[in-house]
Parts: sequence; C-alpha cells; structure tokens
Amino acid sequence: MTPSVVQLSESLKNGDLTATALLEQSYNRIDAVDSLVNAFLTLEKEKAYGQAAAIDTQLKKGIDLPRFAGIPIGIKDNINIAGERTTCSSKILEQFVSPFNATVIDRLAKESVISVGKLNLDEFAMGSSTENSAFKVTKNPWDLSCVPGGSSGGSAAAVAANMVPWSLGSDTGGSIRQPAAFCGVVGLKPTYGRVSRYGLVAFASSLDQIGPITRYVEDAAALLEIISGWDSHDATSIRRPVPRFLEQLNPDINGLKIAVPSQLLGNAISPDVKDMVMKALDYYASQGATYSEVSIDAFDASIATYYVIAPAEASANLSRYDGIRFSMRAQQVDSIKDCFVKSRGEGFGEEVKRRILIGTFVLSSGYYDAFYLKAQKARTFIKQAYQSVFESFDVVLSPTTPTTAFEIGSKLADPMDMYMSDLATIPANMAGLPAISHPCGFIDGRPVGVQLVGPAFDEQTLLNMAYNYQLSHPDYLNTPEIVS
Amino acid sequence: MTHVYEPVMGIEVHAQLNTHTKLFCGSSTAFGATPNAHVSPVCLGLPGALPVLNKRAVNLAIMAGLALDCTIKKTSVFSRKNYFYPDLPKGYQISQFDLPICEHGQLDISVSSGKKTIGITRIHMEEDAGKLVHAGADAIDGSTYSLVDLNRAGVPLIEIVSEPDIRTIEEARVYVETLRLIVQHLGICDGNMDEGSLRADVNISLRPVGSDTFGTRTEIKNLNSFRSLERAIASEIERQTQLLQSGQPVIQETRNYNDATQTTTALRSKEDAHDYRYFPEPDLPPLILTEDDITAAKHQMSELPVDKLNRYIQHYSIPETEAHVLIQDIEMNRYFERCMASQSASEPKEIAKWVMGPLAGILNDAQDSFTDSTLSPDRLLELLTHLQSGAISTKMAKELLGMMITSDAPVQTLIEQKGGSQISDQDELSQIVAQILVDNPDVVEKIRNGKTQSANFLMGQVMKATKGRAKPDLVRDMIISQATA
Repeated sequence: MTPSVVQLSESLKNGDLTATALLEQSYNRIDAVDSLVNAFLTLEKEKAYGQAAAIDTQLKKGIDLPRFAGIPIGIKDNINIAGERTTCSSKILEQFVSPFNATVIDRLAKESVISVGKLNLDEFAMGSSTENSAFKVTKNPWDLSCVPGGSSGGSAAAVAANMVPWSLGSDTGGSIRQPAAFCGVVGLKPTYGRVSRYGLVAFASSLDQIGPITRYVEDAAALLEIISGWDSHDATSIRRPVPRFLEQLNPDINGLKIAVPSQLLGNAISPDVKDMVMKALDYYASQGATYSEVSIDAFDASIATYYVIAPAEASANLSRYDGIRFSMRAQQVDSIKDCFVKSRGEGFGEEVKRRILIGTFVLSSGYYDAFYLKAQKARTFIKQAYQSVFESFDVVLSPTTPTTAFEIGSKLADPMDMYMSDLATIPANMAGLPAISHPCGFIDGRPVGVQLVGPAFDEQTLLNMAYNYQLSHPDYLNTPEIVS
Repeated sequence: MTHVYEPVMGIEVHAQLNTHTKLFCGSSTAFGATPNAHVSPVCLGLPGALPVLNKRAVNLAIMAGLALDCTIKKTSVFSRKNYFYPDLPKGYQISQFDLPICEHGQLDISVSSGKKTIGITRIHMEEDAGKLVHAGADAIDGSTYSLVDLNRAGVPLIEIVSEPDIRTIEEARVYVETLRLIVQHLGICDGNMDEGSLRADVNISLRPVGSDTFGTRTEIKNLNSFRSLERAIASEIERQTQLLQSGQPVIQETRNYNDATQTTTALRSKEDAHDYRYFPEPDLPPLILTEDDITAAKHQMSELPVDKLNRYIQHYSIPETEAHVLIQDIEMNRYFERCMASQSASEPKEIAKWVMGPLAGILNDAQDSFTDSTLSPDRLLELLTHLQSGAISTKMAKELLGMMITSDAPVQTLIEQKGGSQISDQDELSQIVAQILVDNPDVVEKIRNGKTQSANFLMGQVMKATKGRAKPDLVRDMIISQATA
C-alpha cells in the first residue's frame, strides 16, 4: 500500500529513504503517467532536486529538520511561487512570473516541503471539470474518459495517480472537495480565514480558501496544520491559535450527532450515490454516532446565490488583467479602450468571460439591489440555517457531489448542468464553514465522496470522523491502474 | 428675461494623508522618486496580492473628522469602485462609498462679509491612482505612447465633501484655505498643492437670486492652486450665466479647467458617466472603531489653527496681523513652535519678529526653507541671547544670521570671526571716540553748533573702526558729550 506522508517522513528521518530518492519516485511516476493524466502544467525539477540534495546533506549530518522536510508536494497553479509562472490555466497569464511567494508557500518552505511543480485547473478556478484550462484537459486517473472534477482537478488527479503524496488546491464553491470526490482522495476546505489567501490569485475573495488534497486523512491534518494561521498580509485571515490537528487526530466519534439535509438527498442526487452515502452514514452510526434528517430550506437558493456573488467579485478581481502591465496584451490596437477590449477578449476563455459578464451585470446600477444585495441576504440565510443546525448537531453530512465523475465533454454545452455539480459543496463556502470530502466507495469503478461540514474552526471533528472511516476501510486507498 | 444669478457651490477636497506608507501596503509615499520605485505587489495589483489597511491613515482620518465637527462612524466600509484606466492597476479603486468614516460636520470660515458656517457632508478614505505621462499628445488618445508611474498608486487620501453652502468665489477660496490650514496644523496632510497633496473639485450651479431650488450643476475637477480655483469658478460662472441668459440649458457634466486658456472644457457628460458598480471590498473587513480609538486620536491631536492664533494674541501678546502671518505658513509656524518649546525661549514677541522678519528673508533669499535649514531654533535663540545681553548689535545679529544658514559653527565662534562681540567697555570705547573726534574737527564744530544729526557721521566712523562691534546708543552718548564738553 502507498505510504502516507506521515510514514514517509519517518522513513526520511531514520535514513530508510532519502529526499532525493523520494523526489525521483515522484518525477518517475509523473514521467510515466502524466502524459495520460495531464495533471501538471509546470515541473521545477532542477530547483526541487537542489532542495532535496540540501535536505539529504543536512539529514546525513544529523541536523534537526522540520517533521515533513523533503516531502514532495504539487501546487495548484493559482498559488504564487516566487520566480515561477502562475498561469491560472489562462492564456492571459501564460507568461506571468510572480515576484513573491504566497503565504502558504512560505509556510511550506519553512517546513522544507519540496514543490515539484504546478497543477492544472479550470481557468482562474472557474469550473467543475478542469476542462476550462487554456492548456490541457486533465483526466480522471480512475477512468481516463472522465473528468477529474474541478477546479482543482490537477491537484486531485496528481494525488490519486500517486504522482505526489499531497497537494494544495483552492476551494471557492467546491473546487477542492468535488475533484477529491471524483478522484477518490481526501479534500479539505478550511474555515474561511483559517488559511491566508495572500498569494492565491483571487477568484471570489469572500469565498476562496486554500486547502489540502491528500490520500490519507492524517496527511490532510498535517498539511492543514502547516498552512494555517493568521497572516498580517491577509486582513480576512483570523487571529486564533492553530490546533495540533495531527496530534489530536482521534477516531473516537461516539456520541457525535450528524444532521443529514434532505435538500442534498433529493432528486438532484443520483440514487446510487445516495445509497453509497447512506451506507457511510450507517457505518458512522455503527461507530456510536447518531443521525437525523433535517430540512435546510436556505440550501435551495445556494446555487443561484453563488452564481451572483462569486461572479460579482470575480468581475472586479479579474479587471487587473487589462493588457497594461503583466497580462497578455493584444497586438494591433488603435486606442486604449481597444487595447482593453482585445487583450481581454483574446486572453480569457469562454467560461471566464461568461462569469465576468454575469458579475458585471449583477453589480450594474439598477440591478444591484435585485441581484447582488438579494444574494447577500440569501447568503445570510444560509449562514443562519447552519447556525441553527449546529445548535443541535456536530456535523452536517451529505454526498459531496450529485454524481460520480462524468465523461469529458458531456457537460460543456450546458453550463447550468455543470454548475449543478457544486450543489452540495457551495453552502459551506457561503457560510465560510470547514468541510471535508472523503472517499466512501466506488460506482462502476468511479469513486464516490461523502462530505462533512462542521461549525467554524472545528476542522478537527471532520478529520476525526474521516480518520475513523479510513481506519475501517483500507481498501478504498488503492491506486488506480492508469492505462490508455 | 434676464435674471441676476447666484452661484451655488459645493467643494470636494482631496487631501493626501501624512503617512510614510501607502493605504494598503508598506510602499513609501515620498514624492519625487524615480518612476515606479515606490511600489509593491499590493499597489501594483499583482495577482494574489491583498490590501491591509494602514492604521495611521485611519487615525488621521478620525482627526480630520474631529477637527471638522463630524460624527465618527463606529462602522465604516471600504468598497470597490470599478473602472478601467491604465493608471488604475487593479481595475478598481478601493474607496469608502455608502458608509464613510465621518459624517455631518461643519467648518466656520471668516470672509469679508463676516463669519459663515459651511456644512461638511462626509469624509471618506480612498487610495489614489497612478500617474500617466503621454508622448506626443496631452491625453492618452492621440499619444504615440503613454508611460505609467505607479508611485502614487495606493497613496492614502481623504475626500472632504462640503454641503452646497458656498456662494462666492471668496467663500470658496477661504473654505479651502481654512481646511488646508487645519489639516496642515494637525499634521493630517502637508497641504502641498504643487505636489498634488491637496486638490479640489468644485460643483457649481446657478440660480436666480431669491430662488431656493438648485440649478443644473457641473463639476470642475482637479484644481490644484488657489489661483486656478478662483479662476476656474469665475470662468464657469461666466459660462453658465451666458448659457442661462441666452436661454440655453446647462448640461450636467464633468469639466476640466485649463490654466493656460483660463476656461473649462467638458470632460464627460452625465450620459457618459461611468457605472462604477460599487460593492463592498471583500478583502477588507468592515472598519470597526471603538470609543477608545476615537479618544486616542483626539488625544493625539495638536492644537487647531484658530486656538493657536488666540494663544499667540492672548498669551504671547503678538499683534493680530503678525499672529496671522505666523499661522499661515506651516513651516514657519512649526519653526516658531520649536523655538517656543525650547528651554531658552524667552520673549515670544521678539522671537516671532526674528522668525517672520530677518530669518524668513534670509531663508527666502537663499532659497532655503524653515524645515530644511541647518539653522536650528536653538541656535537662533542663542543668537538672540547674545543680542539681548548687548554683546552684539541688531545689525551684527542679522549678519550672523546670514552666516548661520550656511555654517553650523558655534554662534560664539562666528561672533569671534566677525571680530569679537560688542564693545561695551566704557574706557575702550571712550578712547576710540576721542580719536575719531580728533580726526574730524569740522564735524565736531557742527555738533557744537547744535547740528546733533552730524553725530551720525561720527557714529559711522566709530562703527567702521570697531567693525560694527560698538554699542550704538553708548557711542552716540559719548560723541555728544565729548564734542560738547
């Protein structure tokens, strides 16, 4: 069985493994399978091997290194690494090299974790299939005819295909959890404000969070612990102590009260996915947890609300790509307006343009109250609904996605159908709550994920439940055979 | 039908807050640097960068609000004002919109007709944009290329919006002057209009005298001197008057004032106005102020110019006109205050006289400033001590002052270089006077005949002989008494 990061770090410390050898395993696997999976956009082999060699020298000398020194990681390509390109899978940023590190990258560097390269995503993290990348379509390692989910499709596929033991994704409406579910791995969206967004290229600022995608729950706990904490560069990060998630990992879930919203078990959810999730629920009950179905009416409005707020913020966040400074500039322009229009027209893909148009529209004078303001109110209802549920329950459980991974190209013609993929994941973003997706089985060889949402800053309970599940279901951790 | 029209004006003053760093990042706000030297990922709007609010800027905005009698809001919100322009790196300006930090204030001004109160609608905080330099044209349209300098981008501003209470050009000028003095004396803004630290937009409409409705207004943007403020208003009143008298409508629009032609030209009409699509800035939580924050700002506030003026007149016995002069020039005022804060400060009136008179003159001639001068207040006071003790003459003190702005040698050394201090020793002086009388018998004769003003010539001779070190009143007495003895 593939070792966890926790195990790998022990092997590195006791000399059974070198950082260089571990990195080689990672790159060898990428070389072997990524031409089929298409997870990576950029590889930084030279830099990574340099870091690995330095770590090995230090380990050999017996120098005390951070616990996860020398573990390779993949980074979603909307997170800045100084001196490397951050493309956001967009033509408009194809040549953009960031002069600064995201705070999460600084924190990984402090831990001597080695970035092997940057991972594919839907352009500017807008999408649920990674088909909106300007550069390549990532495939689901379990079924190459299917999408890996999105927008962190590269991050989930790379972990599922065993190219890296863990990766970072970002989640605005489900972009960590949905691909984690489709790829059969663990994905955690932290509480809004738990992890600094500094250096994450903004999609929808009030919803975006960076989080871990891992094979094992204990690794998600470890990675969350590394990247969490207040940051003076992000005014929306929260000043509160970071729990020792890994150390406090505890599979005892006896007495936990689980709420299951009926809105996320209805017609929109495919029956086989629902069956799978009910099985997971029964399992949790067998471990001493109790559950009841609840109705959370506010969830009915979550997709509509999301597709007002997220595009509104995005329309402003993406205004800086105007062809003036760092983004692609159109040739042959005859006025400044022409320069803006052509650069943006040529540089952005269709889905990004669609969302900029929606966002610009809902913020326009005369429409603001009817759309943006109303959506903010709906968002408040969703928050309040969760609050009242958490007065009686510890966790809200649902399927992560309505279906298993769908076939490449099958939803491109119908954006609304695509948007429905995020039905179950969006409410947690709306309320800023922590949420995890962990695998709970397969349907026709395609993974299914179960989602747990907890009260703000209670990632630990979610990790504990997922950990309990993992301990009793070692078979779901198999690696897919990747054959074309 | 011809009416007599009355202008109705409201003024928006943009004041750059006196901070070392920008509103949302640590880049310097210093003026005059190499283009794009004072930039960071945040004010460049690089992907992934996030704004963090400058606390000092908030403090200064609170002070401005308190000085203008505003309500300081416990909760205010930053919004994004969206529009595309090459000097706006993020494609939006972060600015307070519907929930500004200060509201409902007022400012008293003194104009020739008496005192008048101008209402302050609001004060909000915002970031400045960058600067464009166009090649081959005045504007971006028609230029062969345009260069972008983002040193100003993100510099903190407050916008102080008045009620439409202003009726005359004089009121407009005095309102801006009074505001400028307040922000300067409180250290909120350096008030430097040449460098764009303070600039005004004027909203102006006309209505028949006696009417209480408003006419259609135009807005004249970016007036950066008192002269252009006055001239722009005059020209716009003239233009609107002619339109109304010939029966044509005034179109609501934004206008630009051209100092060369002294006319305003249309920039954009209401129909072309941007839809800025304001919405709350999700990267910044609402700005929450506690009572303690406001009290702390209040305690940090220095004296308002009007209080300072009264203090000078009442406690320092400085005549009112001179006290006004001391208040008007902030650099001179700070210098004077530093003098008064010194241990050795004695005669405020005398110090004021020297600061406003000889020192201001010498600095002006040398194109030096009170702030940059090497002549510290302590050295001026030392000089004045020598003057007071009679060790040097007024004339000599002025000469020494001239030397002191280029030399930082001790005052005593400079006095010695000039040939020592004043001779007040009776015997020594007496001998010199006697010699001069011997050398000029014809003048002595005139004095004896009652032409005492001829003593001035002999005084000059004595001063020449003593290199100006003789004490004048003493010398005069000696000449008269010796000549008539």
